[in-house]
Amino acid sequence: MAARTFPLGGVHPPDQKHLSAAKPVEPAPLPDLLVVPLSQHIGAPARPVVKKGDRVLAGQAIGEAVGFVSVPVHAPTSGKVLRVEPAPHPLGPPQPAVIIEPDGDDRWADDLEPLTDPHGADPDEIRQRIQAAGIVGMGGATFPTHVKLSPPPEVKIDTVILNGVECEPYLTADHRLMLEEPDRILAGLRVILSVFGLDKGYIGIEENKPDAIELLGRKAREQGFAEVVPLAVKYPQGAEKQLIKAITGREVPSGQLPMAVGAVVQNVGTAAAIWDAVSVGRPLVERITTVTGEGVAEPRNLRVRIGTPVRHLIELAGGLRGEPGKLILGGPMMGIAHHDPDVPAVKGTSGVLLLPRDRVRTAPEGPCIRCGRCVDACPMGLAPTTLRTLIAHEMVAEADEWNALDCIECGSCSFVCPAAIPLVQAIRYAKGRVMARRRKGG
Amino acid sequence: MTNPNDPKWILSSSPHVFQGDTTARIMWQVVAALTPAVVWGVYAFGWRAAWVIGWCVAGAAAAESGALRLRGRPNALADGSAVLTGLLLGMNLPATSPWWMALLGGVVAIGLGKQVFGGLGQNPFNPALVARVFLLISFPVAMTNWAVPGGALADAVTAATPLGAAKTAVATHGALGDALAGIPWWKLFVGLQPGSLGEVSELLLLVGAAYLLWKRIIPWDIPVAFLGTLVLVTGAAWLGAPAKVVPPWFHLVTGGAVLGACYMATDMVTSPLTARGRWAFGVGCGLLTAVIRLWGGYPEGVSFAILLMNATVPLIDRFTKPRKFGWVPDAKGAAS
Repeated sequence: MAARTFPLGGVHPPDQKHLSAAKPVEPAPLPDLLVVPLSQHIGAPARPVVKKGDRVLAGQAIGEAVGFVSVPVHAPTSGKVLRVEPAPHPLGPPQPAVIIEPDGDDRWADDLEPLTDPHGADPDEIRQRIQAAGIVGMGGATFPTHVKLSPPPEVKIDTVILNGVECEPYLTADHRLMLEEPDRILAGLRVILSVFGLDKGYIGIEENKPDAIELLGRKAREQGFAEVVPLAVKYPQGAEKQLIKAITGREVPSGQLPMAVGAVVQNVGTAAAIWDAVSVGRPLVERITTVTGEGVAEPRNLRVRIGTPVRHLIELAGGLRGEPGKLILGGPMMGIAHHDPDVPAVKGTSGVLLLPRDRVRTAPEGPCIRCGRCVDACPMGLAPTTLRTLIAHEMVAEADEWNALDCIECGSCSFVCPAAIPLVQAIRYAKGRVMARRRKGG
Repeated sequence: MTNPNDPKWILSSSPHVFQGDTTARIMWQVVAALTPAVVWGVYAFGWRAAWVIGWCVAGAAAAESGALRLRGRPNALADGSAVLTGLLLGMNLPATSPWWMALLGGVVAIGLGKQVFGGLGQNPFNPALVARVFLLISFPVAMTNWAVPGGALADAVTAATPLGAAKTAVATHGALGDALAGIPWWKLFVGLQPGSLGEVSELLLLVGAAYLLWKRIIPWDIPVAFLGTLVLVTGAAWLGAPAKVVPPWFHLVTGGAVLGACYMATDMVTSPLTARGRWAFGVGCGLLTAVIRLWGGYPEGVSFAILLMNATVPLIDRFTKPRKFGWVPDAKGAAS
């Protein structure tokens, strides 16, 4: 039987997972300095509650949530607050951050009590706990998790899916987590199911991780409340809408959220973090990050405290190899290139990818030959080359008509383009222009 | 260890990895796929076939370089597109074509067929076919002076193409008679027939097309829709009047049906973007080819059919917009 997948488009980049897939997760020693941004999620950045000179304990809140779509930020270890000031940020320009000098003791605050009955707790209590623990989507999008678990009362959620797809090439953090800590993931899934009063959930995993499918599949069968769904290896299989389509056959309507078809998707790492938050009372202060690529000496999977500068992680992976090309936070398809190794790993940092110069394409953009490969590759059924032409002429209304806003920015179009045209960048720009026009025009 | 501070990290937007195909690689692979049929053309019609192709390519390359120089653009001969156009034009000419006609054709293909529209990717019509039709209406005698294949030695014998012979027979006697008698279809299929120097061996053209299909350089839907429609329509006509109409399999193995369907109609620049559009385009090409061959004044209709369908591509693209993911007809505001 062919593995399930999404129907439209998709590409097959070489997955390069062999570099790190067999490397068990190792704890990364603490760096000399932690740079903890107050904005590590989509939504309002946390407001700092510590100041220069304060002593903090691991797990202590150093920034508080500002509103519903916001989560607090916690000290990743014990130490001294050196400064609160703008610092390099993985998502763009510098953002306010708490700079902590670890004291080496790694002493933990003890103010978070575990829930007495994690699987029987009141849904609201669970949501509060998840927010208090600062949990966000750990697949990279960093949407606050408690918000996803709080659909409006009229919405009926009947499907919970854990995302173990990890379709970005090179990355193996989720793969290692599934192999090494399947019970944490399953326990977290059970907590999520209890929030919606459901008795069964799904875990989607790409077929290039047969060991994870086997292990989680067996445990899921034993425990009876989960089913592992093997999925075809095709990028972007891990995109939320594509994953829901593959597993349930339901298509999230354009412009709407997964809840419109009764589905909630959480990354496997998020599920594990949820379990920590409700069972041990531990806030989200660390994550697994794959440090990999042909540009690093010894690719590794590391358990990284939030705020660890990337420079430190590169050193832990044996340093650079070959002529340096790109330093990327995230995977090669959607990750962001950086020039400053002082940028810290945050809650959404699934990978630190180093590409040597000979792996970086520098070909100049050529004319479009209308080969249509971008159209065939688009998983959202768009015509990237048409959108790019329209927006090049500032035809914003037409770009809207051609569904620019449906682009999920997966980069499949740019990946296949033989003329090296930056298609996804053009559509990203088009989306901004379309949204501005809609706001203005109403 | 290298200090991570030292290097100048390259900054650019995602994605950071690429499939690796380039425009030049695509063009040169099509050239490579055409090579067996070209070699057959030279074997069958002698060195003058190579001479004709050489002048076509020279004319196309000169026009490309000259036009780009005039426009102040970097020379783009290396991308292979002008060479491919010249090669395709040459394959569409009789091996007896005079050198000046081949050269002129090459210049017209790139000059009028491509560069006036803005160069690579901008032209609405297949440049090689623009030139072929220009030559056909300007120099009709030279363009229908078909050599009989027989190696380099038999350079003086000319004859009508099988389709031409059939058309003449019907026009003069009202029936095919024995116009096609004694021509086994396999002889036509391997390339033992008069015709344009690169179109006669359907076998070798299909070998090259199979390679391009395997490499996913040409889509399968255009050739299948084109040739399928041609067979269906000519087949129906043949069933209706078998004494006057050439059987459908002859339509496949003679003339430019295979060359046109696999290498000209599949030209990326001048064909639709989506699978649905490619089907519509292919069906249109097959239908127009059949109509011209069955009722037109010319025995052959492939060039005209493709050019006419080229003109419809913007319209086809508009009406075959991809079906977007998440399109739900009844959802309020979701459909667009």
